[in-house]
Amino acid sequence: MLKIEAILQPSKLDAVKDALLEAGIEGMTILEARGHGRQKGHTEFYRGREYTVDLLPKVKIELVVNDEMKEKTVQAIIGAARTGRIGDGKIFVSRVDDAIRIRNDERGETAL
Amino acid sequence: MCRPTLKMLLLSAVLAFPATALAVAPDLGPSSPATQAQITALQQAVKDAQAASAAAQSTGDNAWMLVSAALVLLMTGPGLALFYGGLVRKKNILATMMQSFAMMGLVTIIWAIAGYSLAFGEGNWFIGGLQHLFLRGVGLSPNPNYGPTIPEQTFMVYQLMFAIITPALITGAFAERMKFSAMAVFLSLWSLAVYSPMAHMVWGIGGLLNATGGRFPSLDFAGGTVVHVTSGVSALVTCIYLGKRIGYPQTNMPPHSMVLSFIGACLLWVGWFGFNAGSALGASSLATSAFINTHFAAAAAALGWTVAEWIHNGKPTALGAISGCVAGLVAITPASGFVQPFAALAIGLVAGAVCSFMVFEVKSRLGYDDSLDAFGVHGAGGTLGALLTGLFATRAINAAFGKDAPTGAIDGHWGQILNQLTGVGIAWGISIVGTLVLLFVVDKVIGLRVSPEQEWEGLDLSQHGEEGYDFNT
Repeated sequence: MLKIEAILQPSKLDAVKDALLEAGIEGMTILEARGHGRQKGHTEFYRGREYTVDLLPKVKIELVVNDEMKEKTVQAIIGAARTGRIGDGKIFVSRVDDAIRIRNDERGETAL
Repeated sequence: MCRPTLKMLLLSAVLAFPATALAVAPDLGPSSPATQAQITALQQAVKDAQAASAAAQSTGDNAWMLVSAALVLLMTGPGLALFYGGLVRKKNILATMMQSFAMMGLVTIIWAIAGYSLAFGEGNWFIGGLQHLFLRGVGLSPNPNYGPTIPEQTFMVYQLMFAIITPALITGAFAERMKFSAMAVFLSLWSLAVYSPMAHMVWGIGGLLNATGGRFPSLDFAGGTVVHVTSGVSALVTCIYLGKRIGYPQTNMPPHSMVLSFIGACLLWVGWFGFNAGSALGASSLATSAFINTHFAAAAAALGWTVAEWIHNGKPTALGAISGCVAGLVAITPASGFVQPFAALAIGLVAGAVCSFMVFEVKSRLGYDDSLDAFGVHGAGGTLGALLTGLFATRAINAAFGKDAPTGAIDGHWGQILNQLTGVGIAWGISIVGTLVLLFVVDKVIGLRVSPEQEWEGLDLSQHGEEGYDFNT
């Protein structure tokens, strides 16, 4: 089982959610985050002084999928989120040891 | 005796007729009982009409004054509470609002017990007396010195709302770092030691600076010196005494909710109509003048600050616009019932530009942490407004010194500016001295500032055990 974490532009969240549902993935966790990569922040004014805000609003989607679903999931996300500009985001993939359904104690891939 | 001519006969006949008529109809005589009765009835009717007219005037005046009192209270809660609350960081929102709210409660009680008596009772040049302790003698009939057409209790409660907002303004300077207990004690004492004496000197009968009969007649229509200079200067003293917030000025501490501040500022603008126009103590044409001047100055000052900022930064901010409008309202406060409308526009424009300069340049150069610009807007704006009042006050709007006497400089009375300066100087003096003494005492007994951990955690949690926003429930 693989954990897929995608950090996205907030405006792309709806498109990515739709693309994932279409790809057959139903379970996901969505978090509001702040951060930046190479994208610069923006400037604001407070009492005549200019300052830089470089913690930009982002959205993070976390999914756990079967190993076979990896490429399909990644392509679904990229297809919906890519604009070609700096700030599109990143996807990280890592291994998951186990998954457990709380309702009935199912374990492993069937719990996904 | 000469022979009666035809002319004489005719004349006699003409004269005889009314004499006969009078003799025949006694009711038409000037001293007859019926005529006397009619005259008495007419005199009574005139008296009744005069009384009815006075009652109608009183009704109108009292209605406006009660509405004005409500408007001024609205300025504190929620006007100032929201304005200041939005400007602080999220972790301090409730504590900031609580400071204004605490004034609404505490100052009311203090005013009723002693504040009103010390401000408006008869005493000496500097302070009133104790004759009205617990509002003794303050009843529902008018006090001819304080609003001859309204009950004295209306005047008392109207003035109370001013006494409430003045210390609440000071809280802007020490935002985000003062203990709630210390603030409550400090500002309660300040109300008695600084506000009541200043109010007495400017508005109280026998006051040193009273426009009627004072030693240095000062023109302060609605409280430029009494409210804004005292609170602004006291704010400066307090923020210097207390020291800067942890992390100031390296850490940027922008407002957590400009939305709240915006709403608060608009409530202040509308409420100020009660503050200024209500100071006419009646629903008169003077109230109209003050109303218009208030509005014109607010608009012009918002523009003044916005333009200054647009040039300085390249973008006009909402914070600048609302700060400008407040600066204009502060500056017009002493002038509102004395100047022509276009003078109000000028006063607003200048106040917007000058106060923005105070906040952008002077504050950062001198390095004091006046968190919410209480001094930059109220202290500076109030001082400027007081001096411009001396310049623009005219008998055409308010013959404050008598029907034929010049009022301000544009009438030719340039000496009035010196009187204004005296009033401002005294306000600065009493504020600095009074505030320093009280801060020192309260600091020694209770301790003024929260600990660094409490400041880091936020005053909402450390002082009140509450959180302003809980979007997780």
